Amino acid sequence: MENIMKSVIKGVTKKDPLKRCKSLNIGLFTLTLLATGQNALAGAEDDPLLTMVKIDQLEKRNGDEDTSVFGEVVFEGQAWIGYDLEKIWLKAEGERVEGKNESMELQLLYSKAISPFWDIQFGARRDFKPEPERNWGVIGFQGVAPYYAEIDTALFIGESGRTSLRFEAEYELMLTQRLVLIPEVELNFFGKTDEETDTGSGLSSSEMGLRLAYEIRREFSPYIGISWENKYGATADFAKAEGELTNDTQFVIGVSGWF
Amino acid sequence: MKTNYPPIVSKHTAVLSTPQLSRRRFVTGMAAGSAVLGLGLHSPLSLGSSSLSSHIKRSPPQVLKGNQFDLNIGYQTVNMTGREKIATTVNDSLPAPILHWKEGETVTLRVTNNLAHDSSIHWHGMILPTDMDGVPGLSFTGIKPGETYEYQFDINQNGTYWYHSHSGFQEQTGIYGAIVIEPKEPDPVAYDRDHVVILSDWTDEVPEKVYAKLKKMSHYYNFRERTAGDLWKDVKEKGVSGTWRDRQMWNQMRMSETDIADVTGYTYTYLMNGMTPDDGWQALFNKGEKVRLRFVNAAAMTIFDVRIPGLKMTVVASDGQNIEPVTIDEFRIGVAETYDVVVEPNGDSAYTIFAQSNDRTGYARGVLTSDTSLQAEIPPMDYAPTLGHSDMGMSMEGMDHSAHAAIAETDVNQTPMDHSAMGHSPAPMDHSAMGHSSAPMDHSAMGHSAAPMDHSKMNHGGSRLGKAGHGTNSEIIHGEKEFGPHVDMRAEIMQNGISDPGVGLRDHQQRYGRKVLTYADIRNLTPTIDTREPEREIQLHLTGNMSRYMWSMNGIKFADAEPLQLKYGERVRVVLVNDTMMTHPIHLHGVWSELETGEPNYIPRKHTIMVQPGSSVSYLVTADAKGKWAYHCHLLYHMPGMMREVWIS
Repeated sequence: MENIMKSVIKGVTKKDPLKRCKSLNIGLFTLTLLATGQNALAGAEDDPLLTMVKIDQLEKRNGDEDTSVFGEVVFEGQAWIGYDLEKIWLKAEGERVEGKNESMELQLLYSKAISPFWDIQFGARRDFKPEPERNWGVIGFQGVAPYYAEIDTALFIGESGRTSLRFEAEYELMLTQRLVLIPEVELNFFGKTDEETDTGSGLSSSEMGLRLAYEIRREFSPYIGISWENKYGATADFAKAEGELTNDTQFVIGVSGWF
Repeated sequence: MKTNYPPIVSKHTAVLSTPQLSRRRFVTGMAAGSAVLGLGLHSPLSLGSSSLSSHIKRSPPQVLKGNQFDLNIGYQTVNMTGREKIATTVNDSLPAPILHWKEGETVTLRVTNNLAHDSSIHWHGMILPTDMDGVPGLSFTGIKPGETYEYQFDINQNGTYWYHSHSGFQEQTGIYGAIVIEPKEPDPVAYDRDHVVILSDWTDEVPEKVYAKLKKMSHYYNFRERTAGDLWKDVKEKGVSGTWRDRQMWNQMRMSETDIADVTGYTYTYLMNGMTPDDGWQALFNKGEKVRLRFVNAAAMTIFDVRIPGLKMTVVASDGQNIEPVTIDEFRIGVAETYDVVVEPNGDSAYTIFAQSNDRTGYARGVLTSDTSLQAEIPPMDYAPTLGHSDMGMSMEGMDHSAHAAIAETDVNQTPMDHSAMGHSPAPMDHSAMGHSSAPMDHSAMGHSAAPMDHSKMNHGGSRLGKAGHGTNSEIIHGEKEFGPHVDMRAEIMQNGISDPGVGLRDHQQRYGRKVLTYADIRNLTPTIDTREPEREIQLHLTGNMSRYMWSMNGIKFADAEPLQLKYGERVRVVLVNDTMMTHPIHLHGVWSELETGEPNYIPRKHTIMVQPGSSVSYLVTADAKGKWAYHCHLLYHMPGMMREVWIS
């Protein structure tokens, strides 16, 4: 490395411009070589280390409860780094209402392919909001079911015997090659009631969405849509007690993208 | 017979060493280096030189004649789309210069690598010593940056071939060119003039990024996905239940019937001799001349369907080997294949040489004319094909099996065994006569259901192998490694990959009245040299996972695979079984692939063979060249995984 740096530096100090650039050139080439690595095999690398960052939803919401127009911001995204069959996966989601973080969670998962269309995922989840913070162990499945339903489902095991199950499904109906209608459903179940976080046991909440996205390019789509949130059972009771609605219909506007 | 070429650079040696050229190479090399480092083209390092942004003019490649060549691999700025991009080129030319050799001579090629990465040149289709084959890791260690490798070998064959880099994705960025070898004996093909027609695909994107995109979203380049409108149309035509049945397989397999090409015209500009469709490369001839066109598919990922509206083409050679002339209207050329055709144009007309991509998202074109002022009409592209159930190795539901079975049986005039009806053997099945492109076959005739197959008759080894030239008798067996997250389908029913024109061409006879070349039409001009029966069979399955964009053979990717071992001198049959939905052009280095078309006495010799989705083909190999050879799918982004080493010792 030192030699290479020297050759780069030496290259710059040489007088003759042509020569100077030539050795600078070689220096840069060598650096590039080091940076990208070399594959001596017959072709290119079959299974390179790749990363993907995906913003599933970054949207503003306007609902009955909100005092200001589109006062709610929701983010849902994921990122992975890895190979064809093994990846490290990061999932994040959060909700900010009127400038205050209502919910925020992060999952760090190891993901391994178990069938052509399915990955199994293990790891940890931490809920930063609502407080008090909760920690969970995660075991989940992510993949594409027949009829192209994209599924992400996980079992969460928390402290003090808390358990939770989340099921998310999404479908992309192509109206044209660029205009996509995306129905989506999310269900949350809890093993036992957690008064501190206002969650009741059983089916606790659901969220259904219908979004109309326009793919400006593969990597970027603005969208509009509707989201219906519902609270059930004890969770609904907690909400009522605090004077909150147990169901809410919201208009959403946002963007999704990846790179 | 006279052969007219464009200006010849120099007779016996072709050395490019003028100061101007080497300076330009240095400057562009500089630009590329900084681009790779992410500094961009207009970085402070770019010297402010105007020559930096000057790209080479798009023009057909020069011809270099002789037996001594200096080839310099380097960076070059090109402009195919309106944007300047860095290509990797040979002698600053895209495509690389056409090399004109003579059979019986020895050629010496000094290849210098001016790239920042290892490079190499593979002489595609040439029979030569293993260390001259140019495959890094097998033939040699590759050509390091700044180094020169001297290739030297005897030419014992003639015809149309090509050469390309076998390192990284350098083929995509421009390192490919044609080879024309003049025969020692008088040419059996009569022609007055010839033109090389190199077909290729260019993208402004960096190939590693294309590959990464495919891994992240395999349908990234497909903008022909099924929409709600298509669904509505189907429901109106077939009713709800009919549509449901029709869609069922695709929905359950989670695959798309519009997935014909992985990389499409969305990013590709298709080139003919390095010129865009707007340029319109011109092939000139004089009135009354017979013109030989030497087609080379040097694309990274694109299979082309070629025709010249208004002209019949007589195919005279395939992969450099003379064949019995066959007159057709259209032919499909897989990546890395070559076809020579002879045409007799009318002196007062101009013709379009039209090469549409097999998914119909774009085309390369040229003009065949005796008068540069004449322009030919450019035909519209044909309809965009979709895959059928049989392409997925599935039977068709709701088809009248009995009717088809009757036809299938009358067409089979082979052994009492029904293997031919299974489509395993290349006994010509007349698909058009069956009235349906996807040629569904009767299950009972296949021994899958009604008539249980007598396995003792299955000829698993020794002299009971299928006869040379006729293909295999053996059962298709999916190995254990074909099951797992890396393989998304295994064909249940194999189609005949020999007499089928291929996806999107099957109805061209009925629809347009065009005769389309099939492998069954190819018959070698001279008798089969090695008339031995095969001693054994190797069954290789082409496998993959489309959505994860992983490719393999027998479910094992190249990095994990043991080499295939062949005994020096043995005659062996290779059976390729395509368990994917893509057409794979498979290339075996070092020795010929003698395609079993049902004609044992005139077996055509090829170096690259297309295997259609859900189909199987077989060929014979005489292992007469010791060494380590590469064996792979020639689609550039399939090759890293779908590859094997073949060791002949």
